[in-house]
Amino acid sequence: MKEAEEKELLEEVTGSEYKYGFTSDIEEDRAPNGLNEDIIRFISAKKEEPEWLLEWRLKAYRHWLTLEEPEWANVTYPKVDFQALCYYAAPKKQKEVKSLDEIDPELLKTFEKLGIPLNEQKRLSGVPVAVDAVIDSVSVATTFKETLAEKGIIFCSMSEAIKDHPELVRQYLGKVVPVADNYYAALNSAVFSDGSFCYIPKGVRCPMELSTYFRINAANTGQFERTLIVADESSYVSYLEGCTAPQRDENQLHAAVVEILAMENAEVKYSTVQNWYPGDSEGKGGIYNFVTKRGICAGDNSKISWTQVETGSAVTWKYPSCILKGDNSVGEFYSVAVTNNHQQADTGTKMIHIGKNTKSRIVSKGISAGVSQNSYRGEVKVMKGATNAKNFSQCDSLLMGDKCGAHTFPYINVENSTGQVEHEATTSKIGEDQLFYCNQRGIDTERAVELIVNGFSKEVLNQLPMEFAVEAQKLLAISLEGSVG
Amino acid sequence: MLSIKNLQAQIEDKQILKGLNLEVKPGEIHAIMGPNGAGKSTLASVLSGREEYEVTGGSVEFDGKDILELDPHERAGEGLFLAFQYPVEIPGVSTTNFMKAAVNEVRKYRGQEELTAVDFLKMMKEKMKTVDMPQDLINRSLNEGFSGGEKKRNEIFQMAMLEPKLCVLDETDSGLDIDALRIVANGVNQYKSKDNAFIVITHYQRLLDYIVPDFVHVLHDGKIVKSGTKELALELEEKGYDWIKEEVAQ
Repeated sequence: MKEAEEKELLEEVTGSEYKYGFTSDIEEDRAPNGLNEDIIRFISAKKEEPEWLLEWRLKAYRHWLTLEEPEWANVTYPKVDFQALCYYAAPKKQKEVKSLDEIDPELLKTFEKLGIPLNEQKRLSGVPVAVDAVIDSVSVATTFKETLAEKGIIFCSMSEAIKDHPELVRQYLGKVVPVADNYYAALNSAVFSDGSFCYIPKGVRCPMELSTYFRINAANTGQFERTLIVADESSYVSYLEGCTAPQRDENQLHAAVVEILAMENAEVKYSTVQNWYPGDSEGKGGIYNFVTKRGICAGDNSKISWTQVETGSAVTWKYPSCILKGDNSVGEFYSVAVTNNHQQADTGTKMIHIGKNTKSRIVSKGISAGVSQNSYRGEVKVMKGATNAKNFSQCDSLLMGDKCGAHTFPYINVENSTGQVEHEATTSKIGEDQLFYCNQRGIDTERAVELIVNGFSKEVLNQLPMEFAVEAQKLLAISLEGSVG
Repeated sequence: MLSIKNLQAQIEDKQILKGLNLEVKPGEIHAIMGPNGAGKSTLASVLSGREEYEVTGGSVEFDGKDILELDPHERAGEGLFLAFQYPVEIPGVSTTNFMKAAVNEVRKYRGQEELTAVDFLKMMKEKMKTVDMPQDLINRSLNEGFSGGEKKRNEIFQMAMLEPKLCVLDETDSGLDIDALRIVANGVNQYKSKDNAFIVITHYQRLLDYIVPDFVHVLHDGKIVKSGTKELALELEEKGYDWIKEEVAQ
């Protein structure tokens, strides 16, 4: 890390509040609260959607009505009143936006404050990153579209994709996460408002990081975005999502769905830095983060790699998974989940081995502080036809203080005798000895915690694109402030 | 440089130090010897500010400052260094990164500019030579999987990097073979100058063949009961500690 960056890191660490907690004064266009078929029709009409999509939404909604909210996760929270929520809120459009110059300056300011450049001249850490910025229910800007279009890459908001590439959307939407998949996925399918769409054509290596930045601004809204990434044969893309929300006393619901398809020889790397508002130190407010993320290695020799740094949200329920259908395909899951104060996280992955010689690797690092609960839940399934499937899982937990909890729930299901599944788990505590050792070398306790935690998470942080690894390190440090001493 | 007066300290209501006095001037090496349980390591812990130890009386002045008022990292900033008897491991943090953080924090405390990456590496290369610290050891996670000798070498390497005024070596010789002992002592002797001072805590005389003390003190039951020159260490080696205990009892 560069000196300047380290210095900056240090300065950031000394200010301890959730710094993304501001709200922006942006005129909103919103649906009445509540959920019913009329609201779904309202959303679909607002977005000028084709008939098939409205039908798809209604089908999902009707199925959702038959489902029960899942209760198997190791989290407790007051139930969401789905009728009290608003399912569509959007910054009011003054007119059709043709270029970035025409965007509401208040909106640009919001993203500037978040450190997300929507101006293509300003680049993140000097590296070009294409950004799709989603505020509340709609995408407000996508940068570098033209540059990407030259290579045939489609990177735009889901709403635009539905209008401009309906055949692609219709072909792939709901193929990895079907509408009936689970409670929140069904809800998302019914009411999803926007998200990102990405298509990498055959043989193309995406020349820059693609990134979606999600921001919840409006009060009492749910955010339901839908992301679809299709990597055609022999293509490559690295994708990053980030998210923040204002500090509000009430809980807000975020129920997203991400679907990834990797065709033959394709590789998709999906990184998340999740920093939704976690609630205050008493556990008041914060985001309910109930997310379904799944990728399918549809073709032979394909690879999907999930990396997540989870520091925010009051309650997290999230299992980015891989279906390894193609022979020789590879699935990876690298995760650091931090919980502090009253946060609860139940997160992990599923690796479903279907093809021959498929391989998966799971590295999960859970860090718990305060009175938080942090659970790893993972399933490794080797199907009958998955000859020579291999999995390696490593789950490490780090505890800070003695009032928090770390839990591991591994499920292993092997139906083919040639399968090889390895699971390692450790639990450790940040020791007084380690802290004192650092202190004796002149390093104060906050900085010492940061060093130790970053060391513990190194294997996962190393997976992140360089410019985001720095941000992630800062986040880990900030999330754990005041948790020791 | 260091002035300890009538120092009393306890851990979990057990009184360990019972009125310890010690004066250390720049350029001096003081050896503290004594039987097990005399309070040698407690002295190191109290000087460096370990929380579990409660100071119940007396004073410690370091360069005119009451260091008992300072947090452990501030004491380090003031120039107090402790070479640990049992150095801890920090997985995932390389010695290089650890030292970079430490050196810059200490520099910051002393009002100096942080080192640039180039200057830091240059300094590191230089100091690595003084204790034969191989590059691969520096790149590995701090002390993780290090042998006893490597850990102690790393302590002395860190000492050289942080440029302290007062170094407390807490049983640095324990568990070292003769070659490792020589390397460690060599590092200490290279760092030693007229401006800094050492307190060498040891159970055995052996280390003092390599790090020659100006004064030898015998610690017994929480107090310094006898002081002398390096000949005293040889006498202790020969006769053990019992005669001192008897002398004190009389």
